[in-house]
Amino acid sequence: MMGFISYLVNGISLGSVYALIALGYTMVYGIAKMLNFAHGDVIMIGSYVVFSTVSTMGLPPAAGILISVAVCTVLGVVIERIAYRPLRQASKLVVLITAIGVSYFLQNVALLIYGANTKSFTSVVTIPPLSLAGGALIISGETIVTILACIVIMIVLTLFIRHSKPGRAMLAVSEDGGAAQLMGVNVDGTIALTFAIGSALAAVAGVLLCSSYPSLTPYTGAMPGIKAFVAAVFGGIGSIPGAFIGGILLGIIEILGKAYISSQLADAIVFAVLIVVLLVKPTGILGRQIQEKV
Amino acid sequence: MALLEVESLGISFGGLRAVDNFNISVEKEQLYGLIGPNGAGKTTIFNLLTGVYKPDKGTIRLDGENMVGKNTIDINKAGIARTFQNIRLFKDMSVIDNVKVGLHNHHSYSTLSAIFRFPSYYKVEKEIRERAMELLKVFGLEEECDYLASNLPYGKQRKLEIARALATGPKLLLLDEPAAGMNPNETGELMDTIRFVRDNFHMTILLIEHDMKLVSGICEGLTVLNFGQVLAEGTTGEVLNNPEVIKAYLGE
Amino acid sequence: MRQMKTKALSKQTRNNLVTYGIVIAAYIAVEILMRAGMVSSLLKGLLVPLCIYVILAVSLNLTVGILGELSLGHAGFMCVGAFAGAIFSKCTMNAIPVAGLRFFLALLIGAAFAALAGILVGIPVLRLKGDYLAIVTLAFGEIIKNVINIIFLGRDSRGFHISLKDAFDLGLEPEGEVIIKGPQGITGTPNDSTFLIGILLILVTLFIVLNLIHSRTGRAIMSIRDNRIAAESVGINVTKYKLLAFTVSASLAGVAGVLYAHNLSTLAAQPKNFGYNMSIMILVFVVLGGIGNIRGSIIAAVVLTLLPEMLRSLNDYRMLIYAVVLIAVMIFSWSPKCREFRERYGLKRLLGSKKGAKEEV
Repeated sequence: MMGFISYLVNGISLGSVYALIALGYTMVYGIAKMLNFAHGDVIMIGSYVVFSTVSTMGLPPAAGILISVAVCTVLGVVIERIAYRPLRQASKLVVLITAIGVSYFLQNVALLIYGANTKSFTSVVTIPPLSLAGGALIISGETIVTILACIVIMIVLTLFIRHSKPGRAMLAVSEDGGAAQLMGVNVDGTIALTFAIGSALAAVAGVLLCSSYPSLTPYTGAMPGIKAFVAAVFGGIGSIPGAFIGGILLGIIEILGKAYISSQLADAIVFAVLIVVLLVKPTGILGRQIQEKV
Repeated sequence: MALLEVESLGISFGGLRAVDNFNISVEKEQLYGLIGPNGAGKTTIFNLLTGVYKPDKGTIRLDGENMVGKNTIDINKAGIARTFQNIRLFKDMSVIDNVKVGLHNHHSYSTLSAIFRFPSYYKVEKEIRERAMELLKVFGLEEECDYLASNLPYGKQRKLEIARALATGPKLLLLDEPAAGMNPNETGELMDTIRFVRDNFHMTILLIEHDMKLVSGICEGLTVLNFGQVLAEGTTGEVLNNPEVIKAYLGE
Repeated sequence: MRQMKTKALSKQTRNNLVTYGIVIAAYIAVEILMRAGMVSSLLKGLLVPLCIYVILAVSLNLTVGILGELSLGHAGFMCVGAFAGAIFSKCTMNAIPVAGLRFFLALLIGAAFAALAGILVGIPVLRLKGDYLAIVTLAFGEIIKNVINIIFLGRDSRGFHISLKDAFDLGLEPEGEVIIKGPQGITGTPNDSTFLIGILLILVTLFIVLNLIHSRTGRAIMSIRDNRIAAESVGINVTKYKLLAFTVSASLAGVAGVLYAHNLSTLAAQPKNFGYNMSIMILVFVVLGGIGNIRGSIIAAVVLTLLPEMLRSLNDYRMLIYAVVLIAVMIFSWSPKCREFRERYGLKRLLGSKKGAKEEV
């Protein structure tokens, strides 16, 4: 029983990371209507920045995280400006391929700078593990921090979108970009802001991911990126609460699947659950059904 | 017996009665108009007739055959073809290929025959091409047969849509605002074409239109729809002089 | 300036012949160069993979360009074909000693199994649209790869044995043989793939795809791509033709898989050969070659496979350059500003050619 709870907590922790990444995916999709395949690689870049600043240069973790968030935010905005903005009117497929190009680019930049060898990431969390039920259940500091960080970010982000002017502009653009532009919303600026926020979250997610799973390579971001994308679709792509729910569920399914069914099949189980959900509800758990008008 | 008989047809969308107790009866080879203010539910009726929406109640009979519960494809096979208010051509295909798609169910050969180019492929493709050219000629589109459909001027796109619908060999042709966006010259030409189609193909035509010149010029009977319900019906002359109709159109 | 006219039937046929001609000419050129000893061993090793990529790109174009649905699981179907073909060849090595016949049968088996996978995946999945379809096909590809990695298959005098645990669990008789060793996959598949067979299979693929496109079936498929609602309104069975296109596409990917399996001594399902990255790479070929443009797919597959190899001297920088080229090509071909610039100062315009846009198919 304690084993199950422990797996569940780990699942929620991994799910929190997925949720943070999925937020970036889902916000960008909702607003720019594009699949930003390079999002996972921004996580990897963010983790390398923390690795360099904290492990190599010896800065305090907090400073490392701040620098990482700053670098990723700028990176996100630059990627949007150079690669995606010129293609705003192009077909989705073209934008998707461009995003794949950006993904290759980031991976190979990291490969050039850091090499292909796995770097072992030092956890930035210094909180001691929590021992419950007389030591039968131990929850690591990383797990606690990850879950708390995810909750705090979700709340702040929701408040920001609901109550701030730029947040509402984001809602307006995601609803109807053309109409928003006519109403005086700066669409380009709003999209850039979305990329900035999404990438900042990716940096945080990267640090949390690598604190729990401390091996870092240029391809570290790829699979979590794909899984977070799955989480976003799972919850209903474009929906922020959906990304949260999808991320958490995905993390739980993955960890429980690994523990109780097969560690090799864990990914297959995650993907299978996604397929089942989409077949039952073709736009995800919280997605909206849009029917084409005849 | 009328070709199309619709009785007490109704559909609701989320509590809103979009069409209620709608009746219509169109005789063979009749040119019949369905008019009414914007939002009256005209296109919804077309969508009900073609199986895009399923009615909550009522019956639709084509030549005595029940249409309710059939899907769009089977309804087309049973003999109802349509055009769309917002033109829906196969825009990255050539003009003639658009018509050839319409001929799909009438000139058939297997996919294997297509891949291995059995003699049936050449024979049927020749038939298809000839038939498609015939139809294009009716609409004066034979010159443009190899153009991409999206490169046609607007008026010709509307005509191509009618040609494609006719290619499916329907008993009943539904035209959704065929003259929308046309100038008076083009509208006049379109009226001739519609008459020609009726006379030469012995076609029954039900059309939605806002252009009163077209309606009064070619329709023999009319049904007026307002707020999803039939406001008036009868011959074109009667209906257009009906004070209720004038009021609905011009307001109080 | 958009090209106004599309091709008439005769011109279409001529166009197809040009496409076949290019492939045959490429084969002859490579053969001559090889006889003259001008082909490096590196390039020789690339010849069969090139054929595999071309088949994959052409077949994926059927789904993406002709049917208009985004699939990110093409490598999954290739994987199914590869394993089905390899198992067949391994099991019949003694029973069918004639390599050609055995390979031919392996191709049919691989294509059939991949087609079956295509139908199984297609029936539920093709109800979804756009990006949802993309992620689900990606998911299916990953599932196929993962599942194959845990299968152990053995054979002895009592027949086949399957296990999801390990080779000992199969409980084989002493003379029994393990065919699939889980993550280690299949070893000892006969090396039956040759460049000539690869070229022949490209021609077969082209024959099937081009003939399909220029037929009643192809028009039905394209009509669904252009306007699903209108296609239904003229009586096109949307589900049937979607499934048909998807299945043909999958079975041809299976053919590429069989070719792949018989080109290597060890076949294992890894992220780099059957993962989503492979599917994405094929998609890149299709998009760069021109969506719906079959000849373009062939050229893009060849150029984009050779490009990183030619940049080999640049070592670590080559994939970086590849990425930059990819982004630059996309922006250059599709951004409105660049399009305007090209139209004003484009080469074709300067040469006075009337044809503007790329030819379709």
